[in-house]
Amino acid sequence: MTDERPEQQKEPRRNFLVSMGAAMVGAVASIVPLAAGATALLDPLRRGREASGMVLVTRLSAVPEDGSPRKFTVESARVDGWTSHANTPVGAVYLRRSGNGVAALNVVCPHAGCFVGIAPDRSRFACPCHKSSFDFDGVINDPASPSPRDMDSLEVELRNGDEVWVRFQNFLPGREDKTAV
Amino acid sequence: MNDLLNWLDDRTGYRGLLKSALFEHIPGGARWRYVWGSTLTFAMFVQFVTGVVLWSAYSANAQGAWESVWYIQNQMLGGWLLRGIHHYMAQVTIILLLLHLMQVMIDGAYRAPREVNFWFGLGLLALVLGLSLTGYLLPWDQKGFWATKVATSIASMTPVVGPAMQQLLVGGVEYGHHTLTRFFALHAGVLPAGIVALVIGHVYLFRRHGVTVPPKAAAAPDGVFWPDQVLKDAVASLVVMATVLAIVLWTGGAHLGAPADATEPYAAARPEWYFLFLFQWLKYFPAGWEVVGAQVIPGLVFGLVAAMPIIGRWRLGHRFNLGVGAAILAGIVMLTWLARAADNSDPDFLAAKAEADRDAHRAGVLAASPAGIPPAGALEMLRSDPLTQGPKLFAASCASCHRYEGHDGLGRIPGDAPTASDLAGFGSRAWLAGLLDPDRIGTEAYFGGTEHARGRMARFVQRGVAGFSDSERMDLAKVIMAVSAEAELPSQAAADSADVSAIAEGRVLMTQEPIECTRCHTFGEWTEEDIGPVLTGWGSRAWMLGMLHDPAAEPYYGEDNDGMPSFGVEQILSREQMELIVDWLRGDWYAGPEH
Repeated sequence: MTDERPEQQKEPRRNFLVSMGAAMVGAVASIVPLAAGATALLDPLRRGREASGMVLVTRLSAVPEDGSPRKFTVESARVDGWTSHANTPVGAVYLRRSGNGVAALNVVCPHAGCFVGIAPDRSRFACPCHKSSFDFDGVINDPASPSPRDMDSLEVELRNGDEVWVRFQNFLPGREDKTAV
Repeated sequence: MNDLLNWLDDRTGYRGLLKSALFEHIPGGARWRYVWGSTLTFAMFVQFVTGVVLWSAYSANAQGAWESVWYIQNQMLGGWLLRGIHHYMAQVTIILLLLHLMQVMIDGAYRAPREVNFWFGLGLLALVLGLSLTGYLLPWDQKGFWATKVATSIASMTPVVGPAMQQLLVGGVEYGHHTLTRFFALHAGVLPAGIVALVIGHVYLFRRHGVTVPPKAAAAPDGVFWPDQVLKDAVASLVVMATVLAIVLWTGGAHLGAPADATEPYAAARPEWYFLFLFQWLKYFPAGWEVVGAQVIPGLVFGLVAAMPIIGRWRLGHRFNLGVGAAILAGIVMLTWLARAADNSDPDFLAAKAEADRDAHRAGVLAASPAGIPPAGALEMLRSDPLTQGPKLFAASCASCHRYEGHDGLGRIPGDAPTASDLAGFGSRAWLAGLLDPDRIGTEAYFGGTEHARGRMARFVQRGVAGFSDSERMDLAKVIMAVSAEAELPSQAAADSADVSAIAEGRVLMTQEPIECTRCHTFGEWTEEDIGPVLTGWGSRAWMLGMLHDPAAEPYYGEDNDGMPSFGVEQILSREQMELIVDWLRGDWYAGPEH
């Protein structure tokens, strides 16, 4: 830039100081809106998920007795930005009977976050996006399946005999370990 | 690095552009008087940056606009600062524009060859005012809602096309979602695009014609834009920024009123201060002439200003223009002052403003409460709040007979004397102690204005209680505790649980001579004659709702009811309205974290 200066400048030293001053004063004035804007833009980083408690999802009688999975909506309190929902759908789980209890799988594919479906022949879980394939225990059952891990199991508790409670959580997709978001 | 820049210059020629932009020749040298245009460019830069970030958090719909602005203001890190800068920089921009315009007029800089640039500048002024007008509505609070209604009503008065124009602007017949989406599209899309286009044209023409050099500077040595003038421009911009920042810190940021409510009167509706002169101006036009005041005359004045470059060609034209400019300025200042003076001496406006501030504060407290803003929006939250609605309903339905601390619930003193008791603190020990005080039962605060002043209760207090011994007074205090405990007031919960034994004693004393409430009142299974209102659950939510529903029913006043309407039976009030009044009177509302 220095070589671009017109040659008629007679006081290069003064000119340099004025240039520095102009640039600095201009920067100080401009930093105010930029900093205020950047702070507000970064605000979402401050927001974590509230500790997820156990949620009553359904009654045991609604879970098929033959061991096949069934999809259930999980409803819970949720604060979405400025709106406080007392009870609203926050996600979905597959529930199936296993042994004396119930097993729960998050419906979200650990590969890229699509909603995993049940294959038309009702023999396995199949992701509609990139063909990840899992058996009903959520375990990868096809070597070509692109998912880095099995489907995410969730903690289940049976309370008062027939109430199915689930600790509903979502996990980061695309990695081998199961990390809650 | 140099190779890369050389390559870039070869492909784009950026160095030439930079050179012509930075090393513009300034005849007579850099001057402070040339900084106004640059401060305006800086102000627009600030508005652009803060505006885009606000945009990223704002939701343009009738159940999300106020809510998202509240969220920006109170939940986002530095959101209040961001919005405050945007809000006050907008106002400073208008001042800077006027200063810039005044300077151009005084210097005669609008004359040939700069006519077109003068018109570009006027166009920019119009667009900036458009930004102010549209931006004022976006928070969707009472203030912006009602002030903007006036503006769109004025648009509807335009002959022939008015109604269609208003409908297009509002996005339908009524204010709603589409009003916000359309105003937002104007505010964040159309108007800024117009401003960018005009600023480019304005700066291009300014560079083409150069600065208007004042005569005394003609002899001074020439200068260059960079860095001499840039330093002055930067200092001026910094002063502007510091001023705005100081205002934001001083005021705590931009105000957010209560959520917009088309059904709630808002007597404090005023436009922003720079439109206040138009607001005042409209007062002088009788019905049917508004269009003259709001459109024709302002249009002619604007046209006269736009004609200045042409008028300025005549010998006395410049002086004439200066006279016009001074007259407009004086008119605006005077009208603004008149509007301010009228409002500040108007008790109704001041009361309305205080009520608006109260609602705004309350909306903020409720939004921050654990229950938060419901999915139906902040307005619904405020509509189901006893503290907000109770006083309004009381003033409308109860204050024709009752009082609340001597006023109508909203702080106004009705002209007529009360004909029923003062219900502030109803159910509390203090209220009951007053009722059972021989000196006070006959006053207006209790039975003074009613038939009951000559009834058996008044007689019992004024003759019986008046002659009580000290120990009987002690017993009476326990009875007061016992009856008041029936109300289960939230404010008295601690006292009620602390005085359990005294309350138990009081319950027994209620059935015994000489107090013996149960001679006339039902209490639990005790009753002899059942003349007065039932004391079981007296003052509780259910009891009060029953009283409001039908005071002439047997558990309450029965046939002794002295003129109190059966609000529920006659469907004067809905169940929800009665609940709001009762919950408010009982102090049963969210008080905020500090309580």
